[in-house]
Amino acid sequence: MNQAQAKQARGGISIRNVSKIYDPEKTAVAAVLDCSIEIAPGELHVICGPSGCGKTTLLNAIAGFHSITSGEIYLDGELLCGPGKPQATPGADRVVVFQNGALFPWKTVLDNITYGPVIQGRMKKEEARDVARDKMVMAGLSGLENSYPGELSSGMARRVEIVRALVNDPAVLLLDEPFRGMDDLTKSIMHESLLEIYDQTQVTFFVITHDVEEAVFLGSKVSVMTTRPGRIKESITVDISRPRDYRVLTTDGFRGLMGEVVDAVHDEAQKAFEAGEREIA
Amino acid sequence: MSADTMATAGTTQELGQSSPFGSPGAPGGGSKGGLARFRESVGTTSLVRGVIGMVVFVVFWEVATRLDEWAGVSVPFLARLPPPSSVVEAFFDLLGTGGFWQSAYLSFARVMWGFGVAMAVGIPFGLLMAVSKTAKAICFPPFELLRPIPPLAWVPAAIIFWPTPELSITFVTFLGAFFTVVINTVGGAEQIDRRFLLAARSMGASKRTIFRKVLLPATLPSIATGAVVGMGITWQVVVAAEMISGGGQGGSTGAGGGLGFLIWNSYLGGAIPHVVVGMIGLGVAGYLSSTAVRILSVKLMPWRRAT
Repeated sequence: MNQAQAKQARGGISIRNVSKIYDPEKTAVAAVLDCSIEIAPGELHVICGPSGCGKTTLLNAIAGFHSITSGEIYLDGELLCGPGKPQATPGADRVVVFQNGALFPWKTVLDNITYGPVIQGRMKKEEARDVARDKMVMAGLSGLENSYPGELSSGMARRVEIVRALVNDPAVLLLDEPFRGMDDLTKSIMHESLLEIYDQTQVTFFVITHDVEEAVFLGSKVSVMTTRPGRIKESITVDISRPRDYRVLTTDGFRGLMGEVVDAVHDEAQKAFEAGEREIA
Repeated sequence: MSADTMATAGTTQELGQSSPFGSPGAPGGGSKGGLARFRESVGTTSLVRGVIGMVVFVVFWEVATRLDEWAGVSVPFLARLPPPSSVVEAFFDLLGTGGFWQSAYLSFARVMWGFGVAMAVGIPFGLLMAVSKTAKAICFPPFELLRPIPPLAWVPAAIIFWPTPELSITFVTFLGAFFTVVINTVGGAEQIDRRFLLAARSMGASKRTIFRKVLLPATLPSIATGAVVGMGITWQVVVAAEMISGGGQGGSTGAGGGLGFLIWNSYLGGAIPHVVVGMIGLGVAGYLSSTAVRILSVKLMPWRRAT
């Protein structure tokens, strides 16, 4: 219980008035403008918005892959980036799960999973392997220890990647459209699998998607982003109890919430589409 | 690799024979004649086809070179070559002298040294240029200026530059592989999936760890390609360098100055069968070393077998 409480207290993210201006050819393009989000520790927060609205820019800023132009981002009250420190230092407290996956093809599943703890010097290889095996059982991956990523299905590979991120004991897991490009059936299995993992870990999940159903099914809170320059248009609390399974999808409560998010996203998608057309004309 | 494929193809077909569909006891199987059965079991395998190809080649060669002697018909160009029977004779002749083996050993040692140093220097150099914009900005222009110079054009400079002929030949051999290894390493490292680097950083890897544990294995497939090509080039280069520089240490002592020197010396002495023995020796040596590099790269990259 104490351990759970200690974990609960980690992973609060505060994004305050963050802007990111790309200026490669002196044509300032605001990807994100004056964007603020508060994420409670242990929350599964979904950012939903049209393509190119700056979702990934925000995630990269938290991860420390990109700098921000103004504003501040805090993790558990500590400044990650802000005035005087435009770019956060990447670290294992905020591990990223990438679009299309980034498992190391040259390492077996087990060695992929133990990679983080071993290179950080946090665990000996054998110890890390034991932890990894436990987590693999939890994620339904036992038996795949010695397989290479090239031998896995996309769903299995993504599960391995989530486990690889979790063994680092992060405060926040940053998932950038983790199920993009999967067929609907695999995706629905993966959604349940992700929720199962989330329910067991209670780490803060920061998930990016443009799939509204996915957003509402997974999220405790869904923040809809405007089209570029991205800022938060609306934050919708998803008051559907956990654990959730696919039967939630057909309930009135779920449909109602989806309607709300769709309304918000659709407007923005329309704007993005028209803006795109103007650019072409 | 082709040898592997051949072996696999053969095995598959043999296995096919023992399957319920093609077993000799099955209806239809027993009614076939002995020749048909033989042809079915081995006649169509790649190995047998390869042997047939070799036999036809050797017979054609023998006939073409002997036709003048037998029927008074001189086949253009080919009539001047020694027939394979004389080559075999020359081979056994050379085997006894020890000079052939000494030459083969010298060439082999030069290739291995040149190739080994090219890998040891070329891989870190290529990776460095791939990760550091500054290093690339400084090193790439002179590298690209030197790269198009054929290794043989280096021979006179190498003879002047290095204290012994042995080192000159090895140096030129090194150059043959070096540029290929570097260019493949740079190209491969620059094309690796950027997400691997970001994922590693996200999991707390230092730059040093990323260099050794991410960049190197991710680039390994390109390095392996560079190594196979580089190995082929070193054999081409070592021969020419030995011919030009007079065989290095062995040339002056008469103990055999490498296969290139053996070929050139035999040519000057009019021993044409010996020239052909030297050529075939090079073919076999080149094939064996490229195969060794391939086998090694498969061993180093077990994940490539899995995909």
